[in-house]
Amino acid sequence: MQLVNFISNLAMPLIILCIVIYGVMEKNKMFDNFLEGAKEGLEMTLSIFPTLVGLFVAIGALRSSGVLDIIIHFLTPILNIIQFPSELMPLAMLRPISGSSSIAVATDIMKNYGVDSPIGIMASTIMGSTETTLYTIAIYSSCIKIKKTRFVLVAALIGDFVGMIASVVVCRIMS
Amino acid sequence: MLNIVWPIFIIISFSFAIFSGNLEKLNSSIFESTNNAINLSLNLLGTLCLWNGIMQIANKTSLIQKLTKFLKPIIKFLFPEIKENTQIQQEISMNMIANILGLGNAATPLGLKAMKSMQKENKNKDILSNSMAMFIVLNTASIQLIPTTVIAIRNSLESKNPTAIVFPVWVATICAATARYCSN
Repeated sequence: MQLVNFISNLAMPLIILCIVIYGVMEKNKMFDNFLEGAKEGLEMTLSIFPTLVGLFVAIGALRSSGVLDIIIHFLTPILNIIQFPSELMPLAMLRPISGSSSIAVATDIMKNYGVDSPIGIMASTIMGSTETTLYTIAIYSSCIKIKKTRFVLVAALIGDFVGMIASVVVCRIMS
Repeated sequence: MLNIVWPIFIIISFSFAIFSGNLEKLNSSIFESTNNAINLSLNLLGTLCLWNGIMQIANKTSLIQKLTKFLKPIIKFLFPEIKENTQIQQEISMNMIANILGLGNAATPLGLKAMKSMQKENKNKDILSNSMAMFIVLNTASIQLIPTTVIAIRNSLESKNPTAIVFPVWVATICAATARYCSN
């Protein structure tokens, strides 16, 4: 457990250090490059903001009105069979469909159950280990006007499912 | 998709709140939610700018070419049909590297370029070739060294240890990617 924590904490500083040292060795205009990239981060945040507002309101309404409790109540027996926490169900359903809305849902979960609680850590792991599957398939196949995508969707969704189960299992083992 | 889901959420929860007497809770949650969106975006802004900046530095060094060489055997294994087409190989590895570094915005244009090159070699233009299918499936796996967005969110929620999830994310990603490879 301590070793895992150490690796997790080491990863980020080590990578930044390596990249900066590499840039220095090649005598790049590093700060200019940094600014160029940082600007992209600004655009990224701006582009997801409207989605965040819209979905936060919708999800907040679902929870405060009591609808979410009813849905979770009905789903719990099924989820108990595969031992998947029902609190994570909204995230699991939205993750493959929309990137910005799954960010909104994951944040909502982390906020409500505690960012360092088991549920919060599981939600983080699911977010980090899966991708917006449907969006990716749509842009990659539409850019070259492909009509038949064969088994791609099924394979990708199986991957998402396995990734989510694995996230829950890994976090259970670690905590 | 959200054009259908979003109004359903609103209609169901707003009308349910009226009938179940949860109107007060609903009203306060509406304003709380918009505030949450602003707070989250402000906090995300800093971390995302920092990461995109760092990754852009990496992008401009020869680290990329070195990694391409390193990835070559993996690409040959995953895309046996490409054989010795070095242009496609390079485009695929650029896309993989951008994904690994978490440069989502850079990965997509690179990936689309690779798709176009593969389409030229494709015999039936209406159906995905094997390598194209493999390539798309790989891109739906979030193969990322550092899950920057999640760390940014955790940081903004004042987590005691925002990076604690890096290792579990690696394990889960590998499981998911293996499942994709096997089912492809």
